[in-house]
Amino acid sequence: MKAVVSVTLKPGVLDPQGKAIAQALHNLGFSSVTDVRVGKRITVQTTETDPAAAHAQAEEMARKLLANTVIESFQVEIVP
Amino acid sequence: MKAGIVVFPGINRERDMAIALAQAAGSAPRMIWHRETDLEGLDLVVIPGGFSYGDYLRCGAMAARSPVMDAIRAHAARGGAVLGVCNGFQILIEAGLLPGALLRNASLRFLSCDCWLRVERTDTIFTDHWQRGAVFRSPMAHGDGNYFADDPTLDRLEGEGLVAFRYVTEQGEATTTACRNGSVRNIAGILSPNRRVLGLMPHPEDLVDPLMGGTDGQPLFHGLAAALAA
Repeated sequence: MKAVVSVTLKPGVLDPQGKAIAQALHNLGFSSVTDVRVGKRITVQTTETDPAAAHAQAEEMARKLLANTVIESFQVEIVP
Repeated sequence: MKAGIVVFPGINRERDMAIALAQAAGSAPRMIWHRETDLEGLDLVVIPGGFSYGDYLRCGAMAARSPVMDAIRAHAARGGAVLGVCNGFQILIEAGLLPGALLRNASLRFLSCDCWLRVERTDTIFTDHWQRGAVFRSPMAHGDGNYFADDPTLDRLEGEGLVAFRYVTEQGEATTTACRNGSVRNIAGILSPNRRVLGLMPHPEDLVDPLMGGTDGQPLFHGLAAALAA
């Protein structure tokens, strides 16, 4: 079973990379862009076969290591 | 003072730190590999700068979960002194020994330059060899030194007087331009509530000998050596 953990900066936390990318998109003519936020996508392969258990484990992994919950929030998705 | 320096894979400022500590204490610090868990007899544990684990995931995230960290937590809980510089500060924060987070520099650039720091309180083992409000020069070299914490945490830090150093101009003013990495409220270094754990981004250990270009960083190490003398 595969867990996909998406880690993104919380709203209100300055994202200088996102700002720089937004500026570059403007330079490329994408004038409709109003905001860009950069995050991480971490895929975790496990031997767990129960989706609910895999989900709970991945959330614990995110809280303990994958995300810094002071500045980041995360979302877990289980893929068979 | 018996000091130990923790070495993680990718740490590269441990020798600079050893020079500063040996000069102040009169004896060489112990080098502690990250798999060791015995910190018995140490007055001061220092986590130096560098790029532990290649800054994978987040700066300091891997090191903060390594075997030696439980021993450092126990040492801090006993009231032992802990100093984290640069990557060491990032590791202390990731380990939960100090609050907040260190984000990418606001400019997105790695900053290798001198800065000026103002000493915010002098009744600590780290700062009592300075005058209150003293301004000193320090080298800094980091890509992720932009201190961040939510407002309640910042208000608590300020209210309890746990901000040790702020980025200022040479004249001692905490202006936006003096804070090149974008740290909130110009915060360069913070203390634990018992004031025995200090983390800061700049490198005072790199200015402790006239041959290095100055001795502005010496009071930190002389203060520690005096406070922690057996």
